[in-house]
Amino acid sequence: MSAETIETKRFTYSEKKDTRSGFGAGLLEAGKRNPNVVALCADLIGSLKMNDFIKAFPERFVQIGIAEANMMGIAAGMTIGGKIPFTGTFANFSTGRVYDQIRQSIAYSGKNVKICASHAGLTLGEDGATHQILEDIGMMKMLPGMTVINPCDYNQTKAATLAIADFVGPVYLRFGRPVVPVFTDADQRFEIGKAWKVKDGRDVSIFATGHLVWEAIQALDELERLGIDAEIINIHTIKPLDEHAVLTSVEKTRCVVSAEEHNRIGGLGDSIAQLLIKHRPVPMEYVAVDDSFGESGKPDQLMKKYKLDAANIVLQVQKVLKRK
Amino acid sequence: MVDINELKMIATQVRRDIVRMVHKCQSGHPGGSLGCTDFLVALYFHHLKHDPGFNIDGPGEDLFFLSNGHISPVWYSVLARSGYFDVKELGTFRTLNSRLQGHPATHEKLPGIRIASGSLGQGLSVAIGAALSKKLNGDKHTIFSLHGDGELQEGQIWEAAMFAAHNKVDNLISTIDVNGQQIDGPTDRVLSLGNLRAKWEAFGWDVLAMHGNEMEDVLRVLEEAKQRLGKGKPVMILMKTNMGHGVDFMMGSHHWHGIAPNDEQLQNALLQLHSTLKDF
Repeated sequence: MSAETIETKRFTYSEKKDTRSGFGAGLLEAGKRNPNVVALCADLIGSLKMNDFIKAFPERFVQIGIAEANMMGIAAGMTIGGKIPFTGTFANFSTGRVYDQIRQSIAYSGKNVKICASHAGLTLGEDGATHQILEDIGMMKMLPGMTVINPCDYNQTKAATLAIADFVGPVYLRFGRPVVPVFTDADQRFEIGKAWKVKDGRDVSIFATGHLVWEAIQALDELERLGIDAEIINIHTIKPLDEHAVLTSVEKTRCVVSAEEHNRIGGLGDSIAQLLIKHRPVPMEYVAVDDSFGESGKPDQLMKKYKLDAANIVLQVQKVLKRK
Repeated sequence: MVDINELKMIATQVRRDIVRMVHKCQSGHPGGSLGCTDFLVALYFHHLKHDPGFNIDGPGEDLFFLSNGHISPVWYSVLARSGYFDVKELGTFRTLNSRLQGHPATHEKLPGIRIASGSLGQGLSVAIGAALSKKLNGDKHTIFSLHGDGELQEGQIWEAAMFAAHNKVDNLISTIDVNGQQIDGPTDRVLSLGNLRAKWEAFGWDVLAMHGNEMEDVLRVLEEAKQRLGKGKPVMILMKTNMGHGVDFMMGSHHWHGIAPNDEQLQNALLQLHSTLKDF
């Protein structure tokens, strides 16, 4: 048995949970640690798992109603006086719907607002394309001064929520609806902007974010069968990108596959490609939605149809290796 | 005790500042600025409890938010004349590397500005957020905000209006500059605002009316508004103004919403606005 296989075994899991519940748990904990943490929600308390925070700190919760633009403005205003507002709604309504409010009142004004966005990407499922935003990472990373984070499981989302409460500045925190394996440490320390090397490898660098990190781990068995020694790096912080981690890995592997639940235009892959073009041009392939909207379906059906799964990661690795 | 003549004198100088700033950079918005001058002078030189030493969080102070950010010339002048920064800096308005951006911003750290504005409709939400923050902090001071009437065409204003009444945000005094003009013409022709008093009352606000270009009335109504705080309702002042007030050829038309006077027009305007404090 190779060393890599033993490494892989570390990522067995005993339970599945949704990343949004990691946010809910992190929010409650952040509220206990800092009395300035306040939460705002636009009529989606249950979906955002804010119930425990509200129960513990009713006076620090603001129900906005279905008025996301107003929520972003109120959040920006609450920072004046030292509050740390966490806004909660679906990713679609946290970004595209309120882009100008975020741009002027939060990003340009440098306000300490945490935009917490659930139900991101295709895995929102049956509600369909109106709610499945695949452009949010791109929109948010284009805003000067905005930090963009997309954690991979329950534990990492909880840790990220605590980390952004301590960080001063606007943050976009993206998470999702489906239950997925919990495979990272429960007591991890989340460092914003510091990538996590999931597995060492020599042949190819797989840079994955969000739900695609587990898919990359799933791809390992097949890659090993094919004799490919892949390195997997979890880019939970898309902005600021951990350039050192990316370039160090690429220096060794000389080819890249990026993996994300997002449009291939404007997401993690483009951030990596931009870095590589400047410092270390190497062959690269994307695992991402190919510039289309989503549709209704079960999360796993959608991930398969739109090729956001382990099978396509293997395929793209084979493809990029031929270009090496 | 308030000296009305002194306030009027300051207002005249602020109007001089406005036309000189806009003339110097040949851009900016003189019309609404001139219309709102008396209000802002009354606020900053009498009603507002504020510290020009400037702390962006403003604990223990009343805070003012300008939602219709394009009337930045009047705000910058009033801030400078209140001591937030040197009046000389007014001469840098809208020029490269200035802290006095075309629309107010925090990015260049100009003292007195707590949030960017200019993209319309956002300032009422921001003011409500600051009011909630004050309540959570046990700070009994008041939040003031100013909005254009054309701005009421933005939907976010009505989201905020509904929220403030439902949540009894009663440490907030908002004012609307009802000059009846917007870029493309009179509001009645572009998109009628209807009965504003009825609308705001229906949304659950305590509504007052004011003549925004009569200093005595501005002082009186602002005092009345303060008496209505803490009674479970946000307070709205519908402030009737003349766009371009104080410069005869700029008055009462949308024409001077966003254009600068030429040299001759500047001289004509300054003849109507005698220098009362030193020009910048």
